Amino acid sequence: MTAPRSVAASGTDRLRAGHAIDAARAEGRPALIGYLPVGFPSVQGSIDAARTLIDHGADMIELGLPYSDPVMDGAVIQQAASAALAAGTRTRHVLEAVEALSGRGAAILVMSYWNPILAYGPDAFARDLAGAGGAGVITPDLIPDEGADWIAASEEHGVDRVFLVAPSSPADRLAYVAGHSRGFVYAASTMGVTGTRASVSAATEGLVERTRAAGARNVCVGLGVSDGAQAAQVGSYADGVIVGSAFVRALIESPEGDLAPLAAVADDLRAGVDRARGAGARP
Amino acid sequence: MTDTAPQDGPVLPELTRPTTPLRAVTGPYFGDFGGRFLPEALVPALDELTEVYEKALVDPEFLAEYRRLCAEYTGRPSLLSEAPRFSRLAGGARILLKREDLNHTGSHKINNVLGQALLTRRMGKTRVIAETGAGQHGVATATAAALFGLECTIYMGEEDTERQALNVARMRLLGADVVAVSQGSRTLKDAINEAFRDWVANVETTHYLLGTVAGPHPFPTMVRDFHRIIGEEARSQVLERTGALPDAVVACVGGGSNAMGIFHAFLDDTDPLVRLVGCEAGGDGIATGRHSATLTGGTPGVLHGARSFVMQDEDGQTIPSHSVSAGLDYPSVGPEHAWLAATGRAEYRAIDDGPAMDAFALLSMTEGIMPAVESAHALAGALELGRELGEGSTILVSLSGRGDKDVDTASRWFGLVDDQDRPAEQGTFPGVPGDLEHLRELARGTLDTPAQEATR
Repeated sequence: MTAPRSVAASGTDRLRAGHAIDAARAEGRPALIGYLPVGFPSVQGSIDAARTLIDHGADMIELGLPYSDPVMDGAVIQQAASAALAAGTRTRHVLEAVEALSGRGAAILVMSYWNPILAYGPDAFARDLAGAGGAGVITPDLIPDEGADWIAASEEHGVDRVFLVAPSSPADRLAYVAGHSRGFVYAASTMGVTGTRASVSAATEGLVERTRAAGARNVCVGLGVSDGAQAAQVGSYADGVIVGSAFVRALIESPEGDLAPLAAVADDLRAGVDRARGAGARP
Repeated sequence: MTDTAPQDGPVLPELTRPTTPLRAVTGPYFGDFGGRFLPEALVPALDELTEVYEKALVDPEFLAEYRRLCAEYTGRPSLLSEAPRFSRLAGGARILLKREDLNHTGSHKINNVLGQALLTRRMGKTRVIAETGAGQHGVATATAAALFGLECTIYMGEEDTERQALNVARMRLLGADVVAVSQGSRTLKDAINEAFRDWVANVETTHYLLGTVAGPHPFPTMVRDFHRIIGEEARSQVLERTGALPDAVVACVGGGSNAMGIFHAFLDDTDPLVRLVGCEAGGDGIATGRHSATLTGGTPGVLHGARSFVMQDEDGQTIPSHSVSAGLDYPSVGPEHAWLAATGRAEYRAIDDGPAMDAFALLSMTEGIMPAVESAHALAGALELGRELGEGSTILVSLSGRGDKDVDTASRWFGLVDDQDRPAEQGTFPGVPGDLEHLRELARGTLDTPAQEATR
């Protein structure tokens, strides 16, 4: 695998998050966004898994940069990320995965805690991500208040920056976060960490509405969505449905190389987003 | 220049902000360090905490309640003790011990815990969670939870629950739930991760009672303020005892709460200079990579909500720390320390496990005071510094905790327990055990000769 090209993609051949959401919107449905940590079960294994998600209907891929201290992640993603780190996964592998996956019809984002990007250099990371054909970065522990360097770097290199909102966010924070985000705003459906849950709170729809009212064009919902029924429900009001732990669990529970269970989870979720805006789906 | 006239009567806890240049810095940033690097979901909770705290600072009722607890529950003011025999091992420097080990629960941690417990009540929250390394902060938090009738969950790395089993039992006897954290390196940093995860999920009812001067704003400032009394009392006590300020103030630094507490009163004592010396845990030695000396061996980065110094690899992944002392075994450090190190106002040195354990035994043998292994790092630093400064100098040492909890660790270090009683684990103390007989000789060497007795 080659190092990411720093000059290749100038934006014209890069699919950004907003493009992917608009394309789904044109089909009358929300976007399906799949998370996988790079390096689990191996770097190539995670690339193959992400290709499977794209082939089975994902509009956007969130590549997790495994981190030693993931305070926003629950047990399933912790387990996979920790195995990826133990196997020697490095930041450059994440950029290699971005390059391997771009140009296949899905927007490729990276989800990373802030310190690995800080260590790489925010400007260099934005530059190399764009060079590899990546769309943007989701930063779960960076709030815009601390993000001056990142905001400058992502503007400079044309990289989406996705900040988060939560059920606890008051109107002024929603406006602040929405105003600093590019691509979409990530709405956490619940106060908690990543992981599958039996149901997605009905209050999430209100959070999405409040975030739109605060100025966000695209609001995607994550945390707790794991099957087609939940995706259809969340997709009735959100611009995108983000799924992580359900995919990672399918990888953990299958022998390495067997991607059929992962594909089945993706098919179910894609069917869910496809029917999300069907007649009567939206109250 | 600051006031050097001895005060009348004991110094009381004070929460209003000092106005001298370095003491007036209140965050969120200390130079390039500090801030709030954490999930958006927690921003409202931090904003609420900041607001409630700022109001409490200027509320006479809050201050009165805090002072009453410090006096009647903690037992403040804590003593300033001479250490004449120990001083003879320190090149003749006069060592004065600030006795936070005599506080209720056995360490300085109670100062901060009582303050935050009062704030928890003001916020209408009914549950506290906390991380703990050595168990001292966990014990103090469980104690305050019992006193205030709060639910309490303590997160502790699995490795630490094993080496500090006595404190685990204490917390459970105080009514707290103790969760052994098996993720990551199974030590303090992982306990903090788990506490943050709990906090995000339960923030409506729960206050995260963070135990050190790290984390997102307002924790570094607030925790420091609740510990400022250590240095404010000590500064006045040293002035009264010796008629002058000390030449140096020495404290151990893990996250750095006792050190910030005792340093703060002296920050603006720069002419003449009071040296501020933080002793980090050198573990097996900086060169081995198995240490917790973040300021000596780390680089700037973000961990647990603040920009500070972090032990990390070139990809920004945290490198597990190591120390014989669970309470110093932390791969970052409070942002105010990072700033004091960067500006040169404070200096930081690494004390390896061996010298720290020697100091643990030497203070026990020469003064009948058994320090916490954490505090023993400061004592070892004072022995070094005393030999550098020589006779006629005065060194104030923060004796941040007592050593009861460390008897098991020390017994194994010095080979006092039979092999058959040792746990199956291997490699905790590589190499030869500490030489207790040699230390006893050193201690006996500090005894007064008849001639010296006559002159005292």
